[in-house]
Amino acid sequence: MGNEVILKVRNLNVKLDHQSIIENLSFEVKKGEVLTILGPNGAGKSVLLKTLIGVLPYKGEIEWAKELKIGYVPQRLPFIKDIPLNIRDFFNLKGSPEKETEAILNSVGFQEDFLRKQIGDLSSGQFQRVLIAWGLVGKPQVLLFDEPTTGVDISAEETIYKLLAKLKEERDLTILLVTHDLSVVYKFSTDVICLNRQPICFGPPHEVLTPESLQKLYGGEVKYYQHKH
Amino acid sequence: MDNQFLLSLIVGICVGGAAGFLGSLMLGRRMALVAGPLGHLTLPGIALALMYGFDVSLGAFPFVIFGIVLIWLFEMRTKLPMEALTAVVFASGVAIAFLLLPIQQAEAVLVGDITKVSFAEAAVSVFLILLLFFVVKKIYSKIVLINISEELAKSEKVDIRKYNLIYLGSIAIIVALGVKMVGGLLTAALVAIPASAARNLSRTLAQYAFGAMIIGGLSSSLGILTFKLTGFPAGPLIILASTLIFLISIIFKR
Repeated sequence: MGNEVILKVRNLNVKLDHQSIIENLSFEVKKGEVLTILGPNGAGKSVLLKTLIGVLPYKGEIEWAKELKIGYVPQRLPFIKDIPLNIRDFFNLKGSPEKETEAILNSVGFQEDFLRKQIGDLSSGQFQRVLIAWGLVGKPQVLLFDEPTTGVDISAEETIYKLLAKLKEERDLTILLVTHDLSVVYKFSTDVICLNRQPICFGPPHEVLTPESLQKLYGGEVKYYQHKH
Repeated sequence: MDNQFLLSLIVGICVGGAAGFLGSLMLGRRMALVAGPLGHLTLPGIALALMYGFDVSLGAFPFVIFGIVLIWLFEMRTKLPMEALTAVVFASGVAIAFLLLPIQQAEAVLVGDITKVSFAEAAVSVFLILLLFFVVKKIYSKIVLINISEELAKSEKVDIRKYNLIYLGSIAIIVALGVKMVGGLLTAALVAIPASAARNLSRTLAQYAFGAMIIGGLSSSLGILTFKLTGFPAGPLIILASTLIFLISIIFKR
């Protein structure tokens, strides 16, 4: 793992509709890391990702390394089924050459004939893999994921995390991942940010996820806090 | 076949086809009904055009622009649902039109009249439609991406405001041309019905977009031909032709 810092965030504050969503958040991401953003619903996790890709207004500093390509995988795309779209069409929207689309689809476990399949006919697990593949178009060095397993059943969830681990190795990716699932943090990440509007902890999960910090994060008692190996 | 009829047919096919093509984008964003109030809002403009004897589309255009700005401003300021806003705008358009307009002239305003189109008008319309077609083709995939998710589009560095502006401008042009053909009351149908029929029949984006265009052009030609045979106003016949195609599309829905 390199020590090169690819993202620096200093005193980030995000307000939406006059309501403070993220307050005074600072952290760094180094090349090759997997950073999970952990917190309860409504804690500002998705807002943080959207702020990082420049979709939302903010105060403070967000500094990405120069000439970095970033891929973003959203949580859901509720309107996509309103339009007759097959997989090929969906990748064409991003200007992906057909050869690259085929190679990427292969690497997330689909065959070439999958290109003709309609988006509306996919299972939620398949759709999630298609979204991951879409995020990989243009060979980004960083991937941002918003809850990649929302609405996906448990076996498909396993597949998606295995897939992310495999893609990370193959493509030398740095990954930022939003989740509210604590087990994902232990299995998968090098660092974790605990976020509930204000930052509660930041660092390697085994060091910073203490019963106290988790209690502060979720409120009340958290029984499951350490993944046993 | 007389020249007047041929002119009407050419303009009809062009406007119908372009309205269908653009309509396929509007349907994706649940904006098809927006063309309704915009059409209605053109009524005062058409009334003025008829009273002072200038081109109907020319009268309609500033009112469409005004309507787009109005709906956009209302949406920003009130956060009311789009349907409520469009109802406000649309009823006001009709009310103002009937204050201005002698009731004998109402027919052309309400249901349009493409059968008296002059050569110069036809030439300008066809030129505008060709321009519109290339512009819409150029922005098509970006607008689809914005329709799917603005965030995703922004993450791909799509300049959403720029594309929305071009998109709304295209809608304004098609509404202004559409009111001449089918009148202020029926303009929404010109964009909504061919696209809905095409959606029933298509599995890919290209089938959908060009399907909507073909169905739009076909509906116009069927409507204008039926006008020639029966003498009923062409505008409503065009809409009914597209409704018929829509009903058939339900049978073959994929």
